[in-house]
Amino acid sequence: MSVETGTDPTTDPATDSTEVDDETATAASAQGDTATGTARAPEAGPAASSVTMTKALNQALRDSLADDDTVLVFGEDVGRLGGVFRVTEGLRAEFGSNRVWDSPLAESGIIGTAIGMAMNGMRPVVEMQFDAYAYPAFEQIVSHAAKLRNRTKGRVSLPITIRIPYAGDIGGVEHHSDSSEAYWTSTPGLTVVTPSNPADAYSLLRESIAADDPVVFMEPKSRYWMKETLSLPVTTAPMNRAQVIREGTDVTLLAYGPTVQTALETAEAGAEHGLSIEVIDLRTLSPFDDETVSESVRKTSRAAIIHEAAQFGGYGAEVAARLTERNFTYLSAPILRVAGFDVPYPSPKLEEFYLPTVERVLDALESWDWEL
Amino acid sequence: MTIDVPTTGRSLPQLQPISFIGADGRLTDTPTEGLRIPSDATLTGLYRQMVLVRRFEAQVTHLTRQGRLATYPSAAGQEAAEVGATTALAPNDWLFPTYRDSAALLTRGVPVAEILAAFRGDWHCGFDPHEYHASPAATPLATQTLHATGFAMAAKLKGEDAATLTFLGDGASSEGDTHEAFNFASVWQTPTVFVLQNNQYAISTPLREQTNATMLADRAAGYGMPGLRVDGNDVAAVFAAVSAALERGRNGDGPTLIECLTYRMESHTNSDDPTKYRDAEEVEHWKQFDPIDRLEKYLRQSGALDDAKVAEVAEAAETLAASVRDAMNQEAEVDPRELFAHVYATPRTALAEQQQVLEAELAAAGHA
Ligand SMILES: Cc1ncc(C[n+]2csc(CCOP(=O)(O)OP(=O)(O)O)c2C)c(N)n1
Ligand SMILES: [Mg+2]
Repeated sequence: MSVETGTDPTTDPATDSTEVDDETATAASAQGDTATGTARAPEAGPAASSVTMTKALNQALRDSLADDDTVLVFGEDVGRLGGVFRVTEGLRAEFGSNRVWDSPLAESGIIGTAIGMAMNGMRPVVEMQFDAYAYPAFEQIVSHAAKLRNRTKGRVSLPITIRIPYAGDIGGVEHHSDSSEAYWTSTPGLTVVTPSNPADAYSLLRESIAADDPVVFMEPKSRYWMKETLSLPVTTAPMNRAQVIREGTDVTLLAYGPTVQTALETAEAGAEHGLSIEVIDLRTLSPFDDETVSESVRKTSRAAIIHEAAQFGGYGAEVAARLTERNFTYLSAPILRVAGFDVPYPSPKLEEFYLPTVERVLDALESWDWEL
Repeated sequence: MTIDVPTTGRSLPQLQPISFIGADGRLTDTPTEGLRIPSDATLTGLYRQMVLVRRFEAQVTHLTRQGRLATYPSAAGQEAAEVGATTALAPNDWLFPTYRDSAALLTRGVPVAEILAAFRGDWHCGFDPHEYHASPAATPLATQTLHATGFAMAAKLKGEDAATLTFLGDGASSEGDTHEAFNFASVWQTPTVFVLQNNQYAISTPLREQTNATMLADRAAGYGMPGLRVDGNDVAAVFAAVSAALERGRNGDGPTLIECLTYRMESHTNSDDPTKYRDAEEVEHWKQFDPIDRLEKYLRQSGALDDAKVAEVAEAAETLAASVRDAMNQEAEVDPRELFAHVYATPRTALAEQQQVLEAELAAAGHA
């Protein structure tokens, strides 16, 4: 299998020290082909074909632009180039530079002007080129995008979609592999969505763009080249709902974005040892789908959450706390977090030691007292 | 190999601030960059509004000292910039103010209680932005300059005949968002007017520690947009410059930076102590440049104002002050349940649960 042209995972024009890493990409896309195909098969229509996540995102943007004149797409290199990950490829040519254009290179400027456009009736979809490069826009996202609706007692809504390619496992150089979700999920006013597969990528992005709340839409870079056989448009489970993507009775594994794959592989490996693992893809991180997750946890009595971001103060801490508060009497063991270590995201040669692996998840599950 | 040299014009603002009416109330001989002095009728209206907002600022500052408001940043001394710029707006245009610009919101027609709701602590923004075409006053410095730019970009894309005006301070001019807004607005040629009120201080930090540039208006050249430096205490100059810039914007000729030289007569807010960083002589010195005195002199000379008119305006100012007192003496109704009402367009179960917690607390405490 080969990586589709133009979707090289490590093409950051700003850092040409980054070498093309075909192996990583190929591995990622190979994993994608096998695992989700069996785990969750969205309805494949008559014209089903093999679709990557980038292609699904691209089509979601195209269909949103076509359906709604107020949808605008702008950001760094999203016009002529089609984005460094090619998610916006072809859109400028199709819709013109009044709908899809390259902005000056300034993230606060991109979010700040998107806010002004949204105040004036537009539905901007903007791209932060890489996870860590959203940080210059932190103030505009947290102090304005998240709050304007509340400040104005609901008189001004900001239907903005902020696309952020995030997380690691692509051999990226420094600042190209951050998982920034906890910054956004701890900010009231933001909705935080992250798909793990092409079908959800399409459906959730369409819904995010149509939503009247600002949405931080986090795209797992390592899944960009994952393929799925499906026909677009596709409608999957609604936004704001988690989904049980593999049923089991002994343990609930919670995952999102890049770690859904890890969870599915863990479930596969667990089955070989007679462990029945239920896997939930959270899909939307804020709001958290207490209902779906608690139901599963009450059934299995054990849960662990997997994420790439550092453990301390991470998203898993909130999940473990709220699940414990709501389901304590149903639990047989403490809820575990299998996360990145509390260190800055490492350089490419070291990331395999940082990222939560199937082995690390299995070890964590083994650490429980199973005699209970 | 040769490198193409741009041939388009690149001009710096004139050194002498644009001014029509000098501190002595007489016409100046300063070059005015092709701008024309507003009519006496317009100037009389501006005079009236400046007197009103000065009385407003004094009254609110007084009520704040009495503890009626949590904090208040007054624009006393800056009436010409506040009123001159805001009056130049057409109804369809949008204003993007800061915490300093209550006077601008008042001039835009926002009711007193709705302007002051934020400072009284009722709610972060008390008015409907769509009703007055004014965004909530921004406190994070310079952030609103980008909103004004984006709003104007949308207006341009929709083909609307509307421009935006945003105020920012000399301190805010050092923020990154100011740079980004100037650049985005100029690259996109949005109908945006940046009114930079250079009141010499950012809280306690004087201008000379804010910038090493000869003048802030110079920056415009670096973004490929026109920059003007006006006497910010001459309302005629501010009104003329801003009107022309808004017109430029609406005609598709892009943004303009207008630096208004002025002075903050009051402390930064009521909780500031200006004796730590500026002396009384300096404040005294600036009194001779007062924006209202000079206009009154000028209009009396031209015959547009007389004792009776001046008295009538003073009376209107007292009526306004009384309405400010009335508004602030009434306790605002705040409903704790509203904490949850406006955070999201799509309701959230978890928030509803938290609301129930609060409802139970309220019930236990005997609240209706
Ligand atoms: C991003 C940010 N940093 C710091 C502050 C705190 N602060 C509020 S007003 C102010 C001074 C601003 O000075 P200037 O821009 O000259 O406006 P002025 O108050 O003189 O009208 C500061 C530092 C803030 N509001 N926002
Ligand atoms: Mg200042």
